[in-house]
Amino acid sequence: MLQIIKQILLTGNKTEAPPQPNDAMRNGVQQINAQILNHVGRALAIRHVDAGSCNGCELEIHCLNNAYYNIEGLGINFVASPRHADMLLVTGPVSRHMEIALKRTYDATPDPKLVVAIGDCGCDGGIFGESYASCGKVANVIPVDVTVPGCPPTPTEILQGILTAVSSNK
Amino acid sequence: MKLDDFTSIFPKLPGAMPIWHGTVNAQDLYSLCEQVKQAGGKLVSLWGSDETEKGGHYALHVSLLSIDGMLVLTLTVDQTKPAFPDLSVLFPAANRMQRSVTDMLGLHPTEAGDQRKWLRHSTWPDNVHPLRKSFDMNTRFTPEEDNYSFVTVTGKGVHEIAVGPVHAGTIEPGHFRFSVVGERVLKLEERLGYKHKGIEKRFEYMTLQQGAKLAGRISGDTTVGYAWAYAQAVESATLTTPPPRALWLRALFLELERLLNHIGDLGYLGNDAALAFGFIQFWILKEDLLRMNGDLFGHRYLMDRIVPGGVTHNLDNSGLLRISEMLNHIKHETGILKDIYDEHAGVQDRFLTTGFVAPDLAAQLGLTGLAGRASGQAWDARAQFPCIPYDQLDVQMATHRNGDVAARVTMRFEEIFESVRLIRLMLEQLPAGELSAELGNANEGVLGIGWVEGWRGEIMVALHVGENNRIHRLHPHDPSWQNWPVLEHAIMDNIVPDFPLINKSFNLSYSGVDL
Ligand code: SF4
Repeated sequence: MLQIIKQILLTGNKTEAPPQPNDAMRNGVQQINAQILNHVGRALAIRHVDAGSCNGCELEIHCLNNAYYNIEGLGINFVASPRHADMLLVTGPVSRHMEIALKRTYDATPDPKLVVAIGDCGCDGGIFGESYASCGKVANVIPVDVTVPGCPPTPTEILQGILTAVSSNK
Repeated sequence: MKLDDFTSIFPKLPGAMPIWHGTVNAQDLYSLCEQVKQAGGKLVSLWGSDETEKGGHYALHVSLLSIDGMLVLTLTVDQTKPAFPDLSVLFPAANRMQRSVTDMLGLHPTEAGDQRKWLRHSTWPDNVHPLRKSFDMNTRFTPEEDNYSFVTVTGKGVHEIAVGPVHAGTIEPGHFRFSVVGERVLKLEERLGYKHKGIEKRFEYMTLQQGAKLAGRISGDTTVGYAWAYAQAVESATLTTPPPRALWLRALFLELERLLNHIGDLGYLGNDAALAFGFIQFWILKEDLLRMNGDLFGHRYLMDRIVPGGVTHNLDNSGLLRISEMLNHIKHETGILKDIYDEHAGVQDRFLTTGFVAPDLAAQLGLTGLAGRASGQAWDARAQFPCIPYDQLDVQMATHRNGDVAARVTMRFEEIFESVRLIRLMLEQLPAGELSAELGNANEGVLGIGWVEGWRGEIMVALHVGENNRIHRLHPHDPSWQNWPVLEHAIMDNIVPDFPLINKSFNLSYSGVDL
C-alpha cells in the first residue's frame, strides 16, 4: 500500500487543458437542445459503438481515459448502455453485418441524441469504402452531427469533436 | 510423402524467412498435415483461391509450422466438385478457417462434422461466394434472416446469457453466448464475423504497392506486424532485398508495438481486477510512448511507416537518445508496477488459477503466440527462425506452464523487459545506409509469404500475384484464429464476472479474423 501511495505521489497530476471546440467539424443539423446543454459540465454520457473499424480508432478512444486527457474529469462518461447515453461515438465503416445493430443502438438511445463519427472510415468509409460487405460512412446508416477525420484521429481531435457536438447551438 | 524430406523436395521461397512451398494431392496433403502434427508442429493458416480463369480450378492452401520452418502446401480443387479433405480432425483450429473458405469461395471439406457458416451472416445468400472471381465487389443483396444454430446446453437450472455484438465497453463487436448454472459457466459459444468488411476482396482490386496501406489496417493494434509481413510477401515475390538499416528499423517498430500493447493490456488487467491504480499508471506510460512515436516517426501507432522495399522514416541521434531515455523510463516504472502487482493480494487472488488452459489442451487446440507461451507452447519466430536483425540479438523466449491469467500477465512483464533489452541493442548496432530499395517486378502466379512474430503471435500474409504487379489473392492470417476457440475452453467452470478479465488476458482481435 505504501508503495502505491508513493508511486501516486511521484506520478503527480498529469491532466492537461482540454482543446477548444472546432467549428470546421460541424456537420448537418444538430439535434442538441437545452436539456442536454444543461447536462454538459455535469455529465455527458457517451456510448461507443464500433461498427466495423480496424480497432485503431478504439485505441485512441481508450486513451481519452488516461490521466493526460482525463475525460471523466471534464464531466464526460462512457456508459455501458445506449439507454443511458446522450451521444453515440461511432467508429469504422459500418459493416453490413453491423448495420442492424447500429440502427438498433441508435433507436435505443433516448432523444435528443448526438452522433459523432470517428475516423476517416466513419467520415467517408476510408480505405474500406462501400462494397458487398461495407455500408461505408456512418451517415449512410444513421444521422451524424459531427465527423472527426484522421486515421486514427488523436485523442485531442476526438475530444474536440465531442466538445464541438455538445457546444452546438450555444 | 515423408515430412523429413520437405526441405529437399519442395523449393524454398525467396526472402527472409525459412518457407517452403509445394503442390500436393489430397492424400499427401492429409498425410503431411498428420506428420507435422505428430512431430509437434502446428497449423498456421488455411485459405482458398479462385484459379478458374487461368487454370480452370480452385485451390486450397495450407501453411504449417514445424521445427524446420514453414511449409505451405497447395491443393488443386476440382471446379465441378469443389471439395478438400477435412483437416479439422487433425487441427481443431481449422474448423472456422474451413467454414470461412466455404462461405467465401464455395469449397467444402468432405465429411466435416461442423459445416455451419462462419463469416457469412445474412448479408449475402449461401449460394454466393464473394471471393470467386466472377463476383463483383459492389454487388448488393437484401439481407435475409441469419438463422445461425447455436449449440444449446440443457439441464436443470441451465440458462443462457447472450452478449453483444455491441458490448458494454470500448471494444470490438462480437456475440458471446454463455450457458450458465448460477454464476458458473458451463459453455461459451462465440459468434464472430460482425466486422467483416470485405478486406480480402478489396485487396484484389489493388496493386502490390497500394495493398500496403490496407494491410496496415487489418488489425489496428498490429499495424506494424501486418505491414512488415505484407512487405515481406511483396519482397519475396519481387525478389527485392530491403537495405539493412530498413530491416533494423522495422524490428524497432515491431518491438515498440509490442511494448505499446503489453503496457496497455497490463493496465486493463489491473483495472479488471479492481486495481484502477494499475490502469492509470500503465496508461500514462503508454501515452508517453505514443507521443514519442508521434514526435519521432509522425504516427502514434507507426501506421504506414513500413512499406514494401523498406521504411519511410529515419532515426537521427536525438531520436536515438529520446528512445533510450524512454526505455529507462519504461523499465523503471514497469519494475515498480510489477512489484506492486506481484504483492497485491487482491489482484493475485483474481489472477491465479483463473482462465486456466493446461499445456496439453493448448497443444491439442493449437493455442499460439503470447497466450500459447503462457501454456507451455514454446514458439516465437524471433527466437526460432530469426531474420535480420533478430539473428544478431539472441532473443530470449519467455514461457510458462501455469496457463492462467497470472501466467499471461507474467508473460507480458517478461516480454516488456526483453523488448527493452532488444531495442537497446538495436539502438547500439543500427547500421547506416539507405531506407529503402526499389521494388522489382513480380511474375504472375508467384506466391510470396510474409511471416512476423507480432505481439499477439504469428502474423502471416500470403500473396498470390496477378497480372501487372496486381494482387490476384491476398490472405492475411491473425493468431486470433487459433486462440478464439481456446478462449471458449478457458472460461469453462469459471464464473461469469471473471470473463472480462480472462478475455482481456488473451486480448484477441476481431477485425483481424472477421476481415
Ligand atoms: S479511420 Fe483508420 S484507424 Fe480508424 S478504423 Fe479506419 S482505418 Fe482504422
